[in-house]
Formats: sequence, C-alpha cells, structure tokens
Amino acid sequence: MQDIPIYEFTLLGWIALLPLLGAIFNGILGARLPRALVSTVAAGAMGVAFILSIVAVWTLFQGRFEGADGHTLYGALYHNVFTWFEVGSLRVDFELLLDPLSAVMILIITGVGFLIHVYSIGYMEGDRSWWRFFTYLNFFVFAMLMLVLGDNLVVLFLGWEGVGVASYLLIGFWYEDDEKASAGKKAFIVNRVGDFAVLLALFLLVIYAGSLSVVELREWASTLSPAQVTALGGVLTAICILLFIGCTGKSAQIPLFVWLPDAMAGPTPVSALIHAATMVTAGVYLIARLNFLFVLSPTAMTLIAVIGGLTAFFAATIGVVQNDIKKVLAYSTVSQLGFMFLAVGVGSFFAGVFHLMTHAFFKALLFLGAGSVIHGMHHEQDIRRMGGLKDYMPITRWTFLVGCLAIAGFPLFSGFFSKDEILWYTLANVHLLGGVNLSWFLWFLALGTAFLTAFYMFRLYFLTFEGECRADEKTRSHIHESPLAMTLPLVVLAVLAGFGGFVGIPPVLGNALGGLPNVMHDWLYQVIGPGEAFFAYRFEGYGMAWMSMAAATASGIGGIALAWLFYGKPSDVPGAMAEKAAAVHRILSNKYYVDEFYAATVGRGVTLLGRVCHRLVDELLIDTLLVNGTARLMGFLGSVLRVVQNGQVQRYVAFVFLGIAIILYLVLR
Amino acid sequence: MLSLPLSWYLMLSATLFVMGALGLLLRRNAIVAFMCVEVMLNAVNLTFIAFSKYHQDYTGQVFVFMVIAVAAAEAGIGLAMIVNMFRHKHSVQVDEATLLRH
Repeated sequence: MQDIPIYEFTLLGWIALLPLLGAIFNGILGARLPRALVSTVAAGAMGVAFILSIVAVWTLFQGRFEGADGHTLYGALYHNVFTWFEVGSLRVDFELLLDPLSAVMILIITGVGFLIHVYSIGYMEGDRSWWRFFTYLNFFVFAMLMLVLGDNLVVLFLGWEGVGVASYLLIGFWYEDDEKASAGKKAFIVNRVGDFAVLLALFLLVIYAGSLSVVELREWASTLSPAQVTALGGVLTAICILLFIGCTGKSAQIPLFVWLPDAMAGPTPVSALIHAATMVTAGVYLIARLNFLFVLSPTAMTLIAVIGGLTAFFAATIGVVQNDIKKVLAYSTVSQLGFMFLAVGVGSFFAGVFHLMTHAFFKALLFLGAGSVIHGMHHEQDIRRMGGLKDYMPITRWTFLVGCLAIAGFPLFSGFFSKDEILWYTLANVHLLGGVNLSWFLWFLALGTAFLTAFYMFRLYFLTFEGECRADEKTRSHIHESPLAMTLPLVVLAVLAGFGGFVGIPPVLGNALGGLPNVMHDWLYQVIGPGEAFFAYRFEGYGMAWMSMAAATASGIGGIALAWLFYGKPSDVPGAMAEKAAAVHRILSNKYYVDEFYAATVGRGVTLLGRVCHRLVDELLIDTLLVNGTARLMGFLGSVLRVVQNGQVQRYVAFVFLGIAIILYLVLR
Repeated sequence: MLSLPLSWYLMLSATLFVMGALGLLLRRNAIVAFMCVEVMLNAVNLTFIAFSKYHQDYTGQVFVFMVIAVAAAEAGIGLAMIVNMFRHKHSVQVDEATLLRH
C-alpha cells in the first residue's frame, strides 16, 4: 500500500469549533437573550459549519490522484491544533484529520444536524428551556465532530465521551419527569460500561503499538508480518473485542442495546439527530476507521457479524409489536445498526458506512416525521389512537412514506442499495465459527430482518396515516400540519432518502446498466480498500448477487404487502394472531424481558455488591475502624495521660527536672 | 587578692542550685518556692561570674545583668500571682491550687 499524502488545512479546526462557540455563547448568555437570537446563533453555527465542511471536502476532492493500483486516492487534510500531552514515548496530539471516511461523516453530521436544528426551531416552540436545548444540541455536534475528525484515538475518545454526555443531557432534557431523567441516567450508565472497554483497548494499543494516532496505527498494522500477527493474535483479538464492546454500548447492540429504546424520552429532534443519524453510528464509524486492525482478528470479525445479525433480527421482532410511534423507530434503529455491524463484520466496511449514510437520511426523516405527527397531535405517541392523518398532514405523510419505502428497501430508494450490498457481502463472505460456515445463517437472518423491517414500518405507516382517525374529538379538531421550519427539513431529507442510494450502485447493477460507477465505494476506497482486500469473497460471478437482490426485494415487498393485508384496511387478523400466539406476543411486548433480566442479574448483583461494600468497607472499615477508631484511640491515650496532669505545680516541675536530666544524660553521655 | 580555684565556685554554685531545686520541689509555701527559684537563678549567676573571671571575658557578667533583670520582672509577676492566689483561697499553699488539672 502506498503512503497517503497529508496536507495541512487549518479550516478543519473551525468546523468543530463553531458549534462549540455556539454552545458557549448560548450557554452563558442564552437565558437573557431573545429566543430568535438563540436559535439563529445555534442554527447559524451549524449552517456555517456545514458550508465549511463542504469547502473542506471539496478541497479534499481537488487533491485526488491515481494511486499505484489504479484506484483514485484523495490523501487527507490534517490540522494539528496543539500537543495535548507527552508521556515517555507516547505523544498525543490534538490532531484533526479529514479523509474520505470522515468527510462522509462530517457532511452527515453538519448537514443533517443543520436540518434538525432548523426543525427544532419549530418543534421546541414554546418550551421554556429553549436556550438550554440549543446549547446541548450544539455541544453534541461539537463532540460528534471531535469523534469523527480526531486522528488520535484519545481525541476520538474525548468526542466519544462528549456525545455520551450530550446524549445524557438531552434524553433527560425534561428532567422534571422522573422517568425521563432516569432514562438519561440509564443511557449514560450503559454507555459507560462500553466506554470502559474502549479505554482498556486504548491501553492495550499503547502497550503493543506504542501510539494512538490512527495514521501511525495504520502504519504499524501494515508492517506486521504474518508471523507477528499470529504471535499477537490474542492481543489483537482482545483489542478488537474490547473496542467492539464499546461499540455495542454506543451503538446499541446486544447486550448493551437496552438504553436506546428508553432514550426516546428525549425531545424528538434529539432522537433523530443523536439516536438515529449520528451518535449511535459512532461504533460503525470506529470499526470502519480501524478496519486495518479488525481484519487482523477473524474471531472478532465473526463475533461482530453474528452480534450484528442477531441484534438486527431480535430488535426487528420487538419492533413488530410496539405501539409507541417512537419506540417502533427506536427498535428499528437498533435493528438497522445491527445491519451495519453485520456489514462491517463480514468485512464490507463500505456497505456498513454506506448503510450508515442512507440510514442517517431515512431514519432522521422518519423520526422528524414522527415528531411532526406528535407535534400535530399534541404529544400523542400511541399509534392506536392515530390513523387517517394523511388528510391533515399531507407533507408529513408523503415524506414519511418515502422514509418507509427507503427503510423497507423498495427498489431504487436509498435503503434498497445499501441493504442489498450488505446482504450480498454477507452471503459472499465465508464466515467460519468452529468450522461451521455461517454465511447462509447470517444471510437468512438479514433477509428475515428485511422482511420484518418492511412489515413493521408499514404497519406504522398504515396505522398512523391511513384508515379512520381513532383520536378523540378534542384532539382531532386540533390536528394540524406542522410549520414550515419543520416541513422543509422533512422535504430535504425525503429527497436525500429517496435518491441518496444512487451514489452506491452495486457493481452487479452498475455493470448491467452499462458501467455505472459505485461512487461511494470509489470515494471510500482509500480508507477501507486495504481492509476489504483481506477478505476472499466466494462468488466471482454475479449469479448469487442477482439472487440475493431478488430475495431482498421480494422480502421487502412481501413485508409491505403483509402489512397492508393486516393494517391497510380494518381487519381483525392482527388481534386474532396476538391472541392465538399469546405467549409469543407477550414475550415480544416485553422485549424478551431483557430489562427484567438485567435488573435481576446485573442490577441486583451491583446492589448486593453495594450492600457488602457498605457494610464492610463503609461501616466497618471507614466508620468504625478509621473515623471512630481514631477518636477512640485518642480518647484512650488521653485517659491514660490525664493521670499525669493533676494540677500539682510541683509535680510538673519534677517532670521538667526529669526531662532536663534525661537530655543532659543524652548530651553528656 | 585571694584567689580561689574555679572548681570551688562551681561546687558552691551547684550546691546552691540543688538546694533551690529541692526547695522548689518539696516546699508547699508559694513564697518559699518562689525564693527557691531566686536561689537557683543566683546559683547560675555565680557560675557566670566565676567563668567570666576564669576566662577574663566580660560577656558572662553581661549575662548576669540580663538574668537579674529577668529575675526582677519575674519577681514582680510572681508576687502579683501569689497575692491574687491569696485573695482567692486565703492560702499560699501551692498544692491547694489545682484548679487547672485535667
């Protein structure tokens, strides 16, 4: 692999700095300033950051050249803000790096972020903590930009923790509500479990690689000989699995996915920005960023693929029975993130990042659409009390439909392309677990998920927008389309969700249509190409690719059709099925009792540990032995020594003489 | 002028000092104890003088003046304390003044 040229580019710092400045400005002055100014500053900072991002990405694009292997390379833009700290041979620079991968991310973050800021102006109308909301939102964007721009893993980790904090603050934004406040805590604590694993992975990297800069790590990984890789096998696997545990926390995968559905307690724009489009995809980004490391550990890769596939499927089954519009979307997000991990797990980092991008578009769209519905229905979230909204909210309805089609993988919508890529790579990559080939298993899992996804999304669509309105009279008379500030982002995102997939036309289709390029893959090749080259894919021809695509499309359309049969018109089939399979329905409604399981094991375990520590460490050691023990010892010494001090001056004099005698003896001895 | 060896002076001084110290330890009357302190001080003064002469150095005599001045101040305060003690207790026995114990 040839060296990637790096160009100095100072503007990079400003992209991240602008949202931070916005957050500081609003955080300090926001409470005293008019609302319009607060939101203009917040959204303006985002807008300018977006423009700067375009400039930066354009600059990157201008620097393209043909690499030795015939692929187009772009190099990277680099800005070292300052040296953070230097300990021994370890040197951590606060360095920012823009390469094709982070370029995709900053465009999503600032672009979708800007739209969501604009949307929030409409959605948060009338909230009394207006300035606090925009402060947090800007701070989140800053942290997220640190995460994707940081070339040093420590800077990345700073962003990684920063988005966790922002997520906590925003989930518990309405902190007067106990349930919402504890949802924020839950998210934070579950995330901390994962973050700890990331920290351990970083320590291991410092020990074995001696650096935390991605550029240097990449060099280190590429110079490892096969013998060294074998020798380091256990360590590399440990590093990758620890990093992946961090990803399961941040990106809501089994076993740490439980926080994301609860995170829906936050305002809907937050769900769209943080818990759908950007933060939760950080895990996928991390793996794609460190793909050169992950490919060295087949065990870790297999684990990632299996966990991703299982998460995708199980979250989808839960999504089928949820009745809260945001909960459906939340489980759908968990499921789609599972898809992305499946993609990176089978070595198709491109498909993972591609799905990350299309998902950012259509899931942000869906969340914002749901927010528009909730806004229009005055904070009603139960889809059983919705219905027939297409007459009241036409823009929301059409854009939501586009989002549903995209996520269901309807042909030519963005989700179709990205999901198809994932399915094909899953099938093509030979994954072995204890000698058993897993690719068919994972492929069927993904196919089933695609079917379920289409089904529950259209269940949601039909129950919300079609049929009779089931809201009560009072609510119904108030239903209204949302203001322009909210519908405009919807339309923009609908366009992106509709057509965004064309940047990643799979080769099988591209060749059939006369050599259309896979723009996205070419763009990302510089970062992920070497990682992908590690994998030998089974199918040289396109036969299986056509089969996979046909199956995916059929399952998507099948899901839509089934949803239409069940919910498109008044029908008692769903109710009857729920009754017949009451046990299954109950398990699904209760989300496989995972929360209860954690409460019974981890929760009670920690409580028990706490109690033991309280009794032994706190009460016995600290209170009894140290605090009261010190006092008692002093009291005892006092009671012994008080005998000496009896008030007889002459006794004191005697002691003085005695003391002098002793000193004299010691001196003259 | 009759000249005595240094050791005689020192022996006298030591005797005076021990007498004073024993008196301070054993006599209960505050005024007597006080006088004993004076005896001890003057025993020290005698040592100073003796060494001053022996070494032909006046520094020792200067110290004696210092000690006399301090002894005078001490006598002032000490007598005032004894007077106050007598007013409170109608007694100057030091073993009765044990209010500040423990």
